[in-house]
Amino acid sequence: MQTRRDVFQAIADPTRREIINLVAFQSLNLNAIAEKFDVSRPAISQHIKLLTECGLIVIKKQGRERYCEARLSQLNEVSDWIEKYRKLWAGRFDMLDDILEEMKAASSAKQKKQQKKNPKQIKKHTRKITTKNK
Amino acid sequence: MASKNPTKIKAEPGKQEIFITREFDAPRELVFKAFTDPKLLIRWFGPRELKLRIEKFEPREGGSYRYIHSDEHGHEFGFHGVVHELTAPERIIQTFEFEGLPERGHTVLEIAMFESLPGGRTKFTNQSVFRSVADRDGMVQGGMERGVTDSYERLDEIIASGGVK
Repeated sequence: MQTRRDVFQAIADPTRREIINLVAFQSLNLNAIAEKFDVSRPAISQHIKLLTECGLIVIKKQGRERYCEARLSQLNEVSDWIEKYRKLWAGRFDMLDDILEEMKAASSAKQKKQQKKNPKQIKKHTRKITTKNK
Repeated sequence: MASKNPTKIKAEPGKQEIFITREFDAPRELVFKAFTDPKLLIRWFGPRELKLRIEKFEPREGGSYRYIHSDEHGHEFGFHGVVHELTAPERIIQTFEFEGLPERGHTVLEIAMFESLPGGRTKFTNQSVFRSVADRDGMVQGGMERGVTDSYERLDEIIASGGVK
């Protein structure tokens, strides 16, 4: 089984999403990040640890301080699977479009036939037209 | 000629659901029929590169379905579920389970809605609710069918290269 952390775990948690937002525009040290949350510092450290394991954050030492820097290119992984999924369905629906065109052609041909035979039966489908005509 | 109505996906991070929306230039009675008539469904539902075989298809409340995709290498993988509600021509609620997972129980609830639009058009919305965010991302990330095909192909390559003995 795969044990690699992935970007989906990173963004599954609201606190982690918030941390990503915070460091996306400027590097911050752990204290500065922890101050923004009501959660305990160890909890924030855990979140940051996971984010670094996912590769969304790197920790850089500057003197005695440790700064969190965002590495956001990985987030493309997320839109990639959504796009794949979208394409799968878009392909299916394009084929469905063709079938619907056939069905429309067939049903209007059938309606014309039936209209002569039994006008009542198709009243439901063509209500607007029939009431206008009558 | 087919229209180019866009297929839209909404999958918010951290949520366990996915929405698919698509409009069709046809009345919803027809769209609904294309979803519930196996002869029509088989013509569009399978991904292009896979063969779709419908083993069981009972489009009614309490009915069930099972279909099998197979690729050019003869790998097969099935999906099955139970129909909870079928209200023609507006709503289908059913379960969905992919049989290729290592364990059972990763069931998805699917709610398909067909809305009439002016001009004899239809808006289709499908909401898939997964048991967890991990289920959603994991199952869809692989592109489901495609992911499985890919992983089989990768496995074939590994076996061919002597990686598995």
